[in-house]
Amino acid sequence: MSSYRALPLLLALLASAAAWSIDPFQFDDPAHTERYKTLIEEFRCLQCQNQNLADSDAPLAVDLRREIADMIRSERSDDEIRGFLVQRYGDFILYRPPVQPTTWLLWFGPLMLLLVSSATVFTVVRRRSQLVEAPLTESKHEDTERFHGDQEL
Amino acid sequence: MIPELGHFALILALLVAAVQGVVPLFGAHTRDAAWMAVARPAAYTQLFLVLFAFVALSHAFATQDFSVVYVANNSNSQLPMMYRLSAVWGSHEGSLLLWTLILSLWTAAVARFSKSLPEAFAARVIAVMGLVAVGFMLFMLFTSNPFERHIPALIEGRDLNPLLQDPGLIIHPPMLYIGYVGFAVPFAFAIAALLSGQLDAGWARWSRPWTLVSWSFLTLGIALGSWWAYYELGWGGWWFWDPVENASFMPWLAGTALIHSQAVTEKRGAFRSWTVLLSITAFALSLLGTFLVRSGVLTSVHAFANDPARGLFILVYLLTVIGGALTLYAWRAPRVASPIATTPMSRETFLLINNLFFAVAAATVLLGTLYPLVIDALGLGKISVGPPYFGFMFAILMAPVVALMPAAPYVRWKTDEPGRVAESLWKPLAIAVAIAALLLPLYWSGLSLFLLGGVLGGCWVIVGTLWYVVRRFRTRPPGRFRLLPAGEMGMILAHFGVGIFVLGVTITNTFSVEQDIRLTPGEEYELAGHVFRFETVETLDGPNYTATQGTFLVSRGDDTVAMLYPQKRRYPQGNQMMTEAAIEAGFTRDIYVSLGEPLSDGAWSVRIYYKPFIRWIWLGALFMMAGGFVAAFDKRYRRTRAAAAEHAAPRVVEQGTAPQGA
Repeated sequence: MSSYRALPLLLALLASAAAWSIDPFQFDDPAHTERYKTLIEEFRCLQCQNQNLADSDAPLAVDLRREIADMIRSERSDDEIRGFLVQRYGDFILYRPPVQPTTWLLWFGPLMLLLVSSATVFTVVRRRSQLVEAPLTESKHEDTERFHGDQEL
Repeated sequence: MIPELGHFALILALLVAAVQGVVPLFGAHTRDAAWMAVARPAAYTQLFLVLFAFVALSHAFATQDFSVVYVANNSNSQLPMMYRLSAVWGSHEGSLLLWTLILSLWTAAVARFSKSLPEAFAARVIAVMGLVAVGFMLFMLFTSNPFERHIPALIEGRDLNPLLQDPGLIIHPPMLYIGYVGFAVPFAFAIAALLSGQLDAGWARWSRPWTLVSWSFLTLGIALGSWWAYYELGWGGWWFWDPVENASFMPWLAGTALIHSQAVTEKRGAFRSWTVLLSITAFALSLLGTFLVRSGVLTSVHAFANDPARGLFILVYLLTVIGGALTLYAWRAPRVASPIATTPMSRETFLLINNLFFAVAAATVLLGTLYPLVIDALGLGKISVGPPYFGFMFAILMAPVVALMPAAPYVRWKTDEPGRVAESLWKPLAIAVAIAALLLPLYWSGLSLFLLGGVLGGCWVIVGTLWYVVRRFRTRPPGRFRLLPAGEMGMILAHFGVGIFVLGVTITNTFSVEQDIRLTPGEEYELAGHVFRFETVETLDGPNYTATQGTFLVSRGDDTVAMLYPQKRRYPQGNQMMTEAAIEAGFTRDIYVSLGEPLSDGAWSVRIYYKPFIRWIWLGALFMMAGGFVAAFDKRYRRTRAAAAEHAAPRVVEQGTAPQGA
């Protein structure tokens, strides 16, 4: 929780007159609307347990949404906006963690696991198919035979 | 007085569970029938005592006994009776009591419906469940006693979290827990099998219906949770990859792998030790989920360190149960290995691939959920792992599953001809592609790889599954009209449900429209062909809250579609605000209006959603659930008496020399 301690200060700096959970942002350019919607779903509301900026009621989220909207209007790129927020709040604000040495396991772990287990499956299937040379053992479960013996399954 | 009786019943239940966990186990080991016979009466007694404790706590809530700390913390005199009763599981201590009650229910059910099992085997299964219960009761009695008193009694209680004051939250936790805790049954079967060395097709057949029923409840529980989040949290989402959601999703993924590997073990006697390992994993993930949600590590790693008693207890318990099970597995499983001959083109291979993807998916969710905790604990910084990560990984991992799933039932066990399989598959595949192509004008506007893949995948699953039914009926012997076996019907229902689910997810994610707007009563706004007219705002009094309610007239052309009444509620006891969205539900679309905050000049911020096909997500889940239930009631599970006799004779453990690979 220690990183939240700075929040009241930040809030005081950021807070503007009105804070509402649903903010009627409208852009002239539909492309801007799309970018805005995509971006606010990628960032974490730092005041909440686990919510993104799009869904959050918290005042900080409202202010960040406004800042993001302003940055989009002033034609800053998505990467610039991400960089700005990360610089201010750290990687914690990103729901899509950056690919860096501390997250290699996170990003590449599932792929490695998939490769290793695919290789295992491949080996198992191959080894078992070599056993087929020997006569197949008949299934001894009668009802298996009855329901599935027609081999249409 | 009654809370003390409840507390006392819980202590007695602990003692009974300890006896139930130890005596039958020794009895089974020494083949002492009298000792084994302790299992069933102990299971029933345990259920009675835990039920008594549960009723005692419910009574304290119903009569508003604020001298009980847990009651005072989670209810107050204004709370309607319905929510007073569901507040029993509204927080930590009571959830554990519910967990324990459900475990005793499952144990009693096993005791009641295991008459056909060999006596020693049934005794071991019931004993293992007793040992699991011991841990939870110790945890409750030493760190989380729901009956603790506060003398003198408080005049007024706090409040049940308003988020939980909802009918969805009355039924969601019990359903989820029935599923979660139900995986204790296949776990106990796996441990009993490892202990006895009796790890064969008969074992898989006994364990299967229990797994299917638990899995179905878990599916229902997760679907209810998703539906609740959708209408109650007010942001229109149905899944957020929140750690609490992941905690229930991991056992579901492992359980899905398990019901498929059990099929192979039952039908073909293959992949035995893998099925055992999955049975252990599914329950281990249930326990881990309970640990994650209950220990407080999710809020912060530091919360765990500040109040270590609870977290430490669960951690030690978790390590004991999982470590013990895996040690037993490592010791015994290699002895039952017996590779069964199979060609690559066989149903076995398809089911193994299913297991591959579901196991990796479960591991991915585990990794993504624990990673931020581990990184933080190691002092490497704070990161968040959220929907963009999980969504990306799941799109990759589930695409092959959707592609292969409809094909698997067409492939024969043991061995099949690739040519024959291709011949039986090309027609449904062509029909699915044709349907997806014909519908193209309808979804052209949102076209993306994700959308195309999703629509194609959904059509393929639905057509492939229905085509299979048609073929099955066509190739049956004439003049003998019978329904398909329940096991097969269940598979068809569940796979069909996956198709519905895939279509729902794809279309909702692509075509949902949302708009945040500023409206003054009397103004209108048009979205997705519908006109939303903001009529009035008024103030209402609920039983324990005050609400500001908006009235919206939704119309399309000249027709009135719905009148919607979204609310902002204030619960004075805890001074909490809740958004109650108003939803006009439909088969092909939901219209969702939620009221924001008052702005200047009598205007309000309003959020409007148009969500096509979102109901299909839960509809698909309901089909999956129904499939599990139907499959569990296959006749062959009731004809196990003969099978039991067959296995009653001491069985020589096969001494396979080749290691069990899968």
